Amino acid sequence: MSEKKQQVSRRQFLNYTLTGVGGFMAAGMLAPMVRFAIDPVLQASSGGDMHAVVDVSEITTEPQRFDWTIEQVDAWYTSDVTHSAWVYKDDNDEIVALSPTCKHLGCAVNWAGDPDHPDQFFCPCHEGRYYKDGVNVPNTPPNAALDLFEFEVREGTLYLGNAIERGGDN
Amino acid sequence: MLQKVYDWIDERVDITPLWRDIADHEVPEHVNPAHHFSAFVYCFGGLTFFVTVIQILSGMFLTMYYVPDIENAWRSVYYLQTEVAHGQIVRGMHHWGASVVIVMLFLHTLRVFFQGAYKKPRELNWMVGVLIFFVMLALGLTGYLLPWDNKAYFATVVTLEIAEGVPVIGEMAKTLLNGDPNIVGAQTLARFFAIHVFFLPAALFALMAIHFIMIRKQGISGPL
Repeated sequence: MSEKKQQVSRRQFLNYTLTGVGGFMAAGMLAPMVRFAIDPVLQASSGGDMHAVVDVSEITTEPQRFDWTIEQVDAWYTSDVTHSAWVYKDDNDEIVALSPTCKHLGCAVNWAGDPDHPDQFFCPCHEGRYYKDGVNVPNTPPNAALDLFEFEVREGTLYLGNAIERGGDN
Repeated sequence: MLQKVYDWIDERVDITPLWRDIADHEVPEHVNPAHHFSAFVYCFGGLTFFVTVIQILSGMFLTMYYVPDIENAWRSVYYLQTEVAHGQIVRGMHHWGASVVIVMLFLHTLRVFFQGAYKKPRELNWMVGVLIFFVMLALGLTGYLLPWDNKAYFATVVTLEIAEGVPVIGEMAKTLLNGDPNIVGAQTLARFFAIHVFFLPAALFALMAIHFIMIRKQGISGPL
């Protein structure tokens, strides 16, 4: 055999083959483990079920806190969990259902929780405040408006679904 | 008797050079507190390692009682602390050691920084050290959740909130850490336990090995 024709030496060929086989074996070993670990990210999010919360006649123009309990399935652990919403009717008689979770660090906000601001939502943790429509008051810790619950009214009863983040930058 | 056992093994496997290489080496005068007391600043790295060893040992023993399950985690911690002999001490070692190790790490970092010991040719070792610092912080973070009390739970809620704040990949990062897009619960605790007890220590051992091999290879930096 002439030197010129021998573009891949025996040594090189074996090196490539062993590297390839080794890489294949490593990939075969790691692929199931990695897929296993990232499964929660790839799982389709369960569609939001709607839950009956309150009779529409109870909703006033003043935000009121309503609680409802759902059966929460956390992998192998099922439990009853209580969710809350601040619900009121705005000036156009439209229902507004706000999530109580503060957009700063996740504490629970209260309507008129601060005596100095009786017409705002107030978070006791770091004194974050929100206007009645849930928009954060500038220069308080939160940097976004309170989430809004999906809702529908069926036969005079308010049903709430998932809390949806409002798009855009406050 | 012991000497005979040692000699028998040494004759066959020649282990003397192995441990000599690890344990028997000159320490320069400028890092020896017996010569200059101010040289105690050179002890912080070793102290970090010492506390890390305590953390590893006490952590290993804690897992004999601890159960990473949301129904039983808190109860198992309560049990080992109140019912098991010396439980308070073992958990106390792990609890306080977690803070002390960060303090020692920080002092070690300050010493290296202010003495300029990170400069060429030791830049790589500085970088490995920074990685060790991150791994330690992650260990502190994941370990914090494991007692599954209110403080642990809400600290983790906030942490995940911060992870979610990362642009673009934030939500994925949160779900990956949390095990669920919304619920901080059963899967979160199991994940944090696995990360705290297997993944991060593995990374820590590898990085520490590199750190120590490099310092032996390059030697300690000269006097100021």
